[in-house]
Amino acid sequence: MLTKRLIACFDVIGDRVTKAVKFQDNIDVGPAEELAKIMYDEQIDELLFYDITASAEKRKINIDMVKRVAKCVFIPFAVGGGIKNLSDMHEVLKAGAEKISIDSMAVRNPSIIAEGARAFGSQCIILSTQVKRVEKSDKIPSGYEVYIDGARVATGMDAIEWIRRGQELGAGEICINSIDNDGTVSGYDINLMKMASEAVSVPLIASGGAGKPGHLKELFTQTAAQAAIISSMLYSPRLERNYKVAELKEYLMGENIPVRPPVA
Amino acid sequence: MIGIIDYKAGNAPSVLSAVTHLGYDAELVNTPDRLLEMSHIIIPGVGSAGATMNSLKELNLVDAIKTAVLDYKALFLGVCVGMQILFDYSEEEDTDCFGFLPGKVVCFDRSKVRVPQMGWNKVCFKKGVGYEARDGYFYFVNSYHAVPEDEGHIWGVSEYDGLFAAAVCKENIFGTQFHIEKSGEAGLKLLNGFLSLKRGDASC
Repeated sequence: MLTKRLIACFDVIGDRVTKAVKFQDNIDVGPAEELAKIMYDEQIDELLFYDITASAEKRKINIDMVKRVAKCVFIPFAVGGGIKNLSDMHEVLKAGAEKISIDSMAVRNPSIIAEGARAFGSQCIILSTQVKRVEKSDKIPSGYEVYIDGARVATGMDAIEWIRRGQELGAGEICINSIDNDGTVSGYDINLMKMASEAVSVPLIASGGAGKPGHLKELFTQTAAQAAIISSMLYSPRLERNYKVAELKEYLMGENIPVRPPVA
Repeated sequence: MIGIIDYKAGNAPSVLSAVTHLGYDAELVNTPDRLLEMSHIIIPGVGSAGATMNSLKELNLVDAIKTAVLDYKALFLGVCVGMQILFDYSEEEDTDCFGFLPGKVVCFDRSKVRVPQMGWNKVCFKKGVGYEARDGYFYFVNSYHAVPEDEGHIWGVSEYDGLFAAAVCKENIFGTQFHIEKSGEAGLKLLNGFLSLKRGDASC
């Protein structure tokens, strides 16, 4: 049986991991490669790196960091930030990443999703999107709007429409980041994930809000999300208590949620 | 020497880093002459069966692979799409494949499960292959899966829309539908077993 995945997400600046609340006020956590290795040893299922300033600073992602990570972790990892075209994608994949996450760039140029899927396969392309709750309107019937550029710029696009289009264009996975819940440790936006579950059939990753193990149970029992991004819970220095991956998995197993069990 | 076939869509560098991490010398190979010198050959897989076969044709590697596998009895491991092309035919892009193992490759049932299958799934190993393979969780990314004609070729099974062949083996030819190079310590152990085999060791 296919298990639910726990994904550690790293917001990287330079080659250091940081942690934000609602996409702002990033504080330093540690070197990316070192944290990746710790998470691998703890048997996290997957890793995701966002080079969060690459896009805004109009520079490429840190390829050396990707290569160093690829040499010490043997689980899938995805990389996002500053990826504009096929040649950027190719460089990241050759450096050892399995997947590419595209977010703001996909909004600016949706055809990049189709081009990437054709060149490298849908399984390589994660459409990641930053979503904020708004008043329902004709333009945004779901009440969730797509934001870009570190949650700073509203696009006027309906989030549910956008992920449906992303799937049609060839995205193999969709990652939904709740701006409202990001770093709040108050739980995932379950309503949003339920709507997304009905809208698309590709695997869904939920991001933003996990603060305790119960939030994972809520997500996996109430929505069709196949994966959860956890970061605050694992390593945020702002949290009173961090969790080990094994602890989270044992909890989920106790709740009859299928996960890859930790091996001693 | 261990050769990892480096073709356009494959993730050869990831496989190479797993192999070197285990302490073996290995190189990326993309010419027929060099391929025939290898004791172990791994063909990594990413993308579609059609694109993979086309890349191999463009590199002029199809005949060399057949010679290495069938005549030289090189130990051969196909990963993901690399396993699928070991069979006669894939429904994906209506592709004729190597036919080392009789059978075809079909899509998961979209009415039953989300496609692609993406994530960690449990594999139970069914038979000995010259080294011990332990049941465990391995990382899959696939929309298609092989249906071997000879059940005796099934090395490991897993469950998604039903039971499916997660790993296959016939004499010197091995295949894993999961990404052995990205399946954590379980994958590394299994890969180490394959790399430690000598020509003629494989007993399946």
